[in-house]
Amino acid sequence: MTGLAIKGRARVLGDDINTDYIISSRRKRDSLDPQVLRQYLLESVDPNFAATVEPDDVLVAGENFGCGSAMEVAATVVVGAGIKAVLAKSFSRTYYRNAINNGLLPVICDTSAIKEGDRLSISLGDGFHVRNETAQTDLTAEPLSPVVYAIVMSGGLVNCFQSLGGFPDPAQV
Amino acid sequence: MTGKTIAEKILSAKSDSDVRAGDVVICRIDHLVATDGSMPMTIDYFERMGGTSIANAENASVSLDHYSPPPNRTTADLHNQIRKFAQQHGMSVFEVGDGIGHQVMMETGRALPSDLVIGADSHTVTYGALNALATGVGSSDLAAAMIAGRIWLRVPETIKVNLDGTMGDKVHAKDIVLSLVKELGADGAAYKSLEFAGPGIANLDMDARALLANMSVEMGAKCGLFAVDETTRAYLTANGSRQGTPVSPDPDATYCQVVEIDLSRVEPQIALPHQVDTVVPVRDAPQAPIHMIYIGTCAGGRASDLHEALAILRQGERIAPGVQMIYTPASRTTLSQVSKDGTLAEFVEMGGVIQTAGCGSCCGTCGVIPGDGINVISTANRNFKGRMGNPEASIYLASPITCAAAALNGRITNPKDIAS
Repeated sequence: MTGLAIKGRARVLGDDINTDYIISSRRKRDSLDPQVLRQYLLESVDPNFAATVEPDDVLVAGENFGCGSAMEVAATVVVGAGIKAVLAKSFSRTYYRNAINNGLLPVICDTSAIKEGDRLSISLGDGFHVRNETAQTDLTAEPLSPVVYAIVMSGGLVNCFQSLGGFPDPAQV
Repeated sequence: MTGKTIAEKILSAKSDSDVRAGDVVICRIDHLVATDGSMPMTIDYFERMGGTSIANAENASVSLDHYSPPPNRTTADLHNQIRKFAQQHGMSVFEVGDGIGHQVMMETGRALPSDLVIGADSHTVTYGALNALATGVGSSDLAAAMIAGRIWLRVPETIKVNLDGTMGDKVHAKDIVLSLVKELGADGAAYKSLEFAGPGIANLDMDARALLANMSVEMGAKCGLFAVDETTRAYLTANGSRQGTPVSPDPDATYCQVVEIDLSRVEPQIALPHQVDTVVPVRDAPQAPIHMIYIGTCAGGRASDLHEALAILRQGERIAPGVQMIYTPASRTTLSQVSKDGTLAEFVEMGGVIQTAGCGSCCGTCGVIPGDGINVISTANRNFKGRMGNPEASIYLASPITCAAAALNGRITNPKDIAS
């Protein structure tokens, strides 16, 4: 996953986007399949959102993205919709962990100046680097802790367990 | 080196190291818990990770509470899949009707002082009331924890919440925690531990403490912790539980923030739709019409919640016409208690409806769903748009006392205005 780079279109959301807004709990009654659930992505925020998602769209949020429930479908449904990264000023801790574990990149940076439709590029070297190609600006992303970096580099926790047989050792990474 | 907070002490012990806020550690887990909401994906991750057995399966539980009872064939089949996996791997199952897993965990001594409990549900934080460091994760982390018996955690900074004084008439622990949510905001404790302290704690029973710990996640907290005192010991003894190993903070522990709350000054509070931190005193709230009163959830479905509501309901002749009044007991034990003490019958005779013990209507996974345009006042912990299964309904959060006052008048009412 070294040299990983994402280019995509900004889809701007507000503060405190909770997991029930990302995918309503009631939808889980019928299916847990991200390919089914993606049609309901962010329906409480905008009923038309799911229909307008394009592959490589990047979610751009304010504070506390993914607050509320710890339900992991709120991460897998985003991945299922073809979205590879979420930029936010801050994440709830459970959403942050779920994103990392499923190979969805949670990038902590100041998103205030990003506008709907801006072209963004995100690359991963020793940490995340974000460039707003439309505004011609670079954003400073918060560094990753070594454990998180190791899981991201594995492509998620399943891959990490398959390759390492367990968690990365914080003393070793 | 200064002293340690409760979180720093528990995570030091569980990682066999001397750690402080900001350190990342791999910790031994004392108990794991999942729900029927999170377990199906946990099973999937467990298998994909190559899991073959659960480390310490005797300390792993799964609660069939979100679909209690299952509202459709899909969720009924999920229950069967969970039962099969649990039997194969030696996990305990809390069956449909046993109640909300968090309540059962506390009642059955599965969360004890100084334990580290990891649960695939955000309200796992509830057991902080018993001095356990309990925190929520997703299904993949839980699957990894099942296989490894361990988890990586960042040692949290701690906000100390000092409580002093005694609550006034018609004020409830819900009003304390809503005041705190208002002050800190929905992300004010993100990644942090909330440590409740001060002389006011002696005046809070275990139900009140469980509510405060439960709603710590509504401020983004990793955990909400209490030290052990006589109330804790009495609760554990009454349930036939072991006493665990109590952990207290050092007097010179480092806190990133200190919040002072004078309980005697707390007034009835209400969270307006659709955010838990849009909190106002009930006396300043719009007197919106109320169509449904909901008493239930891991925040407000305990026997004391029904008792507090009834104390107000008894002041009126009947509930307002057209108001639906619903109670979902937190657990089978809760249901048994309110059955034996007569309050369940009293509630039913006043027009109340009873649902199966469990999560009920909290997140629209089973039970009553409010219709379009319905205003609900609820003892729950979340009021997001669509939370109870219909984005066209509005949810207000308040104490059972304030909920009952609304039931009598059919609109939001300051319980202090109900003559007693």
